[in-house]
Amino acid sequence: MKKKVALLLALVMVFSMFAVGCGGGGDDAEYAGTVKIGVFEPASGDNGPGGKQEALGVQYANYVQPTVEIGGETYKVELVEADNESDNGKAVTAATNLVSSGVSIVLGSYGSAVSIAAGDVFKDAGMPAMGITCTNPQVTKGNDVYFRICFLDPFQGTVLANYAWDNGMRKAYCLSKLGDDYSVGLANFFMQAFKAKGGAVVYEQFPDKNSDFTGYVANAKKQGCDVFFSPVSIEAAVLIIDQAQAQKLGMPILAGDTWDSNKVAEAAKGTDVEIIVTTFYQEGGNAQFDEGIKAWMEEDSTALKNNGGNTDLAAVTAMGYDAYFVALEAIKAAGSTDPADVLAALPNVEYDGVCGKVVFGENGDAVRDVAYVKKCNNETGKWEFLAEQRVEE
Amino acid sequence: MTEERLTARCLSKKTKYILSAAAIIAVLALVWVLEQNIPPTSSWSMLFTVIKKGAIYSLVVVSMNLLNGFTGLFSLGQAGFMLIGAYAYAIFAIPVEAKDSVYQYYEPLIGFSVPEMLTNAMGGAGTVGGTLGEYLGVIILMLFAGLVTAGIAFLIGLPVLRLKSDYLAIASLGFAEIIRTIFQWDGLGSVTNGSNLLRKFPTFSSSLFPLIVSGLCIAIIVLLINSSYGRAFKAIRDDEIAAEAMGVNLFKHKQLSFVISSFFTGIGGAMLAMFQATVNATPFTSNMTYELLLIVVIGGIGSVTGSVIGSFLFIACSEWWLRFLDEGQFLGMDADFMRPGFRKVVFALIIICIVLFYSRGIMGTREFSWDGVFNFFRTLPTRLVAFFKALPGRLVAFFKALPGRIVKFFKTLPSRISGKVKKLTGKTKNSKNNHINNTDKREEAQ
Amino acid sequence: MELLSKWLPYILAGISVGGQYALIAIGYTMVYGILRLINFAHGDMFMIAGLMAVYLATALPLYITLPLVLVLTVMLGCTIEVVAYRPLRTAPRMSIMISAIGVSYFLQNLALYATGGLAQTYPKIEWLARTVNVFGASTKMVTLVTPVLVIVLVVALVMLIKYTKIGMAMRAVSRDFETSQLMGIDINRVITVTFVIGSFLAAIGSILYFTNYTGIMPTSGGMPGLKAFVAAVFGGIGSIPGAVIGAFVIGICENLIKGANLTTFSDAFTFVLLIIILMVKPTGLFGEKNIDKV
Repeated sequence: MKKKVALLLALVMVFSMFAVGCGGGGDDAEYAGTVKIGVFEPASGDNGPGGKQEALGVQYANYVQPTVEIGGETYKVELVEADNESDNGKAVTAATNLVSSGVSIVLGSYGSAVSIAAGDVFKDAGMPAMGITCTNPQVTKGNDVYFRICFLDPFQGTVLANYAWDNGMRKAYCLSKLGDDYSVGLANFFMQAFKAKGGAVVYEQFPDKNSDFTGYVANAKKQGCDVFFSPVSIEAAVLIIDQAQAQKLGMPILAGDTWDSNKVAEAAKGTDVEIIVTTFYQEGGNAQFDEGIKAWMEEDSTALKNNGGNTDLAAVTAMGYDAYFVALEAIKAAGSTDPADVLAALPNVEYDGVCGKVVFGENGDAVRDVAYVKKCNNETGKWEFLAEQRVEE
Repeated sequence: MTEERLTARCLSKKTKYILSAAAIIAVLALVWVLEQNIPPTSSWSMLFTVIKKGAIYSLVVVSMNLLNGFTGLFSLGQAGFMLIGAYAYAIFAIPVEAKDSVYQYYEPLIGFSVPEMLTNAMGGAGTVGGTLGEYLGVIILMLFAGLVTAGIAFLIGLPVLRLKSDYLAIASLGFAEIIRTIFQWDGLGSVTNGSNLLRKFPTFSSSLFPLIVSGLCIAIIVLLINSSYGRAFKAIRDDEIAAEAMGVNLFKHKQLSFVISSFFTGIGGAMLAMFQATVNATPFTSNMTYELLLIVVIGGIGSVTGSVIGSFLFIACSEWWLRFLDEGQFLGMDADFMRPGFRKVVFALIIICIVLFYSRGIMGTREFSWDGVFNFFRTLPTRLVAFFKALPGRLVAFFKALPGRIVKFFKTLPSRISGKVKKLTGKTKNSKNNHINNTDKREEAQ
Repeated sequence: MELLSKWLPYILAGISVGGQYALIAIGYTMVYGILRLINFAHGDMFMIAGLMAVYLATALPLYITLPLVLVLTVMLGCTIEVVAYRPLRTAPRMSIMISAIGVSYFLQNLALYATGGLAQTYPKIEWLARTVNVFGASTKMVTLVTPVLVIVLVVALVMLIKYTKIGMAMRAVSRDFETSQLMGIDINRVITVTFVIGSFLAAIGSILYFTNYTGIMPTSGGMPGLKAFVAAVFGGIGSIPGAVIGAFVIGICENLIKGANLTTFSDAFTFVLLIIILMVKPTGLFGEKNIDKV
């Protein structure tokens, strides 16, 4: 009897909530309608922190500009978020879920692997998708619906390799994570460029869920490398910095855009670990945006928590902000909320964002030829601008 | 009610076959019709995700049940075997021209694609023969995936199946992790693409495909379970020593069950690869195996029907029905506590409740049968009448007793908290312990 | 000498992490010895202990936080036992195991929900986290403290089991569950004590482990938990010295493998080791042989 009651209660709870959940919603009268934008970002898993920061940019942009004019009428913009859990398997269902919730365009994701995995879902549904900071070439290659507003790994890898070579580093220790297309890709492109210059490379990979980086740091020291290149997730970055400090690594750490995060800078604060990264946006690049989003974060405790507890900006947040406006431009240009129309309009959209001008070129990739090099100040725990780096073709 | 059961009528075999065939056709037709009419942007299109993934999980869970529930081998290597199946399919199915873009950092070693070869051999892409060829290639590859998995399982089984209960579990779990690492190894990059994604291989778009394939495979498993081999498996499960004394070759039968289960798991893995459209080794962790084991138990250890129902329910809850819990809205109001992750907390609680209060699972060891269904409906009116007749009396009694109960509850609360809780919960009776418990008891008694 | 200085960092790291695995492994091995239950939630409890320290340290000073973490973890361990395992005492063994998996799933998701999926940084315990120099290799203080602390705790535990009344009861229950019940031993009390000891050691392990590797994620308990369990099986599940030795062997081997530039295989090697030992000695290093009787 007890069992039956318990089961019944559980079922009633689930189904009533389900029914209620589906029944909610309704348009506000003052708008002609609602246009939905999908936010396809990891909110948990390895890339959770980065995904949240990227989503913050989109949320802030939505706060700044909650409506859009379509064909002379004002539409309310609603964000639909789906957590892809940094997992290639879950990415597929999260993407399906977004498509089925009737969005007009999808933004994201942080982390290239999930974007590649979900690419086919968007392709099959004819749903335009716009990568914000997924830098692996495979995201857009051979996929007509996937666009992106950031630079690519071959470019970033070359920039980093040039930087290392120009600063007298000749032997690089490269560390990537098994099964993470972003870090493996960037490490590979870095190694190609670095070897082409005549540098030597030691390459290692660490398994999923690893939190013991003692051995890797010791290996880099043992091999007598000049630079520690590890373009991995923020979670791993914090642990690597900690170990580097404990074992006195004695060489600079070089990384890609993921490390440009206040969490990383915070971990490096008070240590003597030298960290250099390439990134999309330099804080202070657009004063109005910086002030606005900081004020917004101070008011919204959830946003502040998602940003890691302080208001220092990550480049991915600025990119998320730009991506939202590019999406709005596309919707305006399409003059409709139909994904097919948005898809048709997207390639011709041009937009001047806080991270520079967005123009789509070959494969739907944005044309970008600048990366910013930043260095972490170990005393203040903030990023400092070092150089603007271009690659001569 | 017992009397009703005693007089339960049995349907003739022929009627059952007709009914089964009709039901299968009806389900497939319904799915087909729904697929034609529900666009991918409709919120109902999640239904197809559930059907696809549910069908794939059903197959994998049923094959796990064959091992755990019917043969009594506590193996936790399922995720590893799915991984082998997925890779075996994907590696040989990637079209030649796509290889370069998939194997970005390696020189691809396998220079052909089976579905593509057959497409070209049977008339080229776009023609009817070509399409048939592609299907044939996919099916051949799925069988191949199953065979490769079975072969590797055979080798793993040689040492592992000599171990007993929990040692077997941890050794098979270990093998699954080793398999995962080997597939991620850089050194095999030209075959497995290292730890990176494999993609661009042929996939399915209709949910009918996984439904039919899983259905066929499960049917074969059911036939096996009902054969003399199946009886031998159950004998091993119920009592190894007795089974051996009766002339059942223990190792041979365990190995057989292990290999067959792995074969179908491999096919399931291949279908999962097709469902996801990409494969890499990272998600095939022990957590995936635990998830499958959870479904086996929720459905009922030793019930094929239970496994199937459990799979669909599990997938539907985790992917679809409970998603609203993450969306921060409840009864139209903003609810801060319902942020991403809440869905999983609720889901975990439901699972614990099921395990605690319903430890035999949805179906126990029972199976679906037409007789059961008919008898249920035949006796339903009588039972309903009886229920409603008794209802007023029960309600009255309930409300009469309520004040007393409440008083008693609060009176005894302090004393219960201070120690009687132990005795009450310690005595929870489960008189119908099933076979696994019995064997354990015996082990413990020694 | 040069060889030593080359390998010393790996050996140090191995001893340190091995000691931390040992503290978790004892919890697995004791619970298994008495209940024949693989307590899958143990690794996650270890992770929750870490998270508790993170949250408590934001409001309280460390000298209150750490003892409080020990107490709360012990309470959590006992609660899990009472709520999720005790009602299933007579149920099929698979059910308890599934209940354990369910609890593990729940704890992970609860952590995910509470942290919002963001990694938390463990509060810095200055004394343990400071860098020290050992024969030319720099490492954290915790590396040196761990093995000493483990040995002290294990000796204390072995004494407890050998010389006290409750220890005797524990040995009796692990030998024969039902007969000891008939002999008047309060089974529930023995099991509670087992969980208290296991959780206590896991909490200490979490302090040491997370001081060494400072990031805590909801999945952080998974791998150390699994490895500790492997260590327990390796040493012969049910045997406390076995678990400790197994943990040290696994910790050191996995770091040496990394030093040999086979980093991809560092996790898999743990399992290779396990399978080899099970092939040679099916009940582990110090496990007792079970004889099947009809």
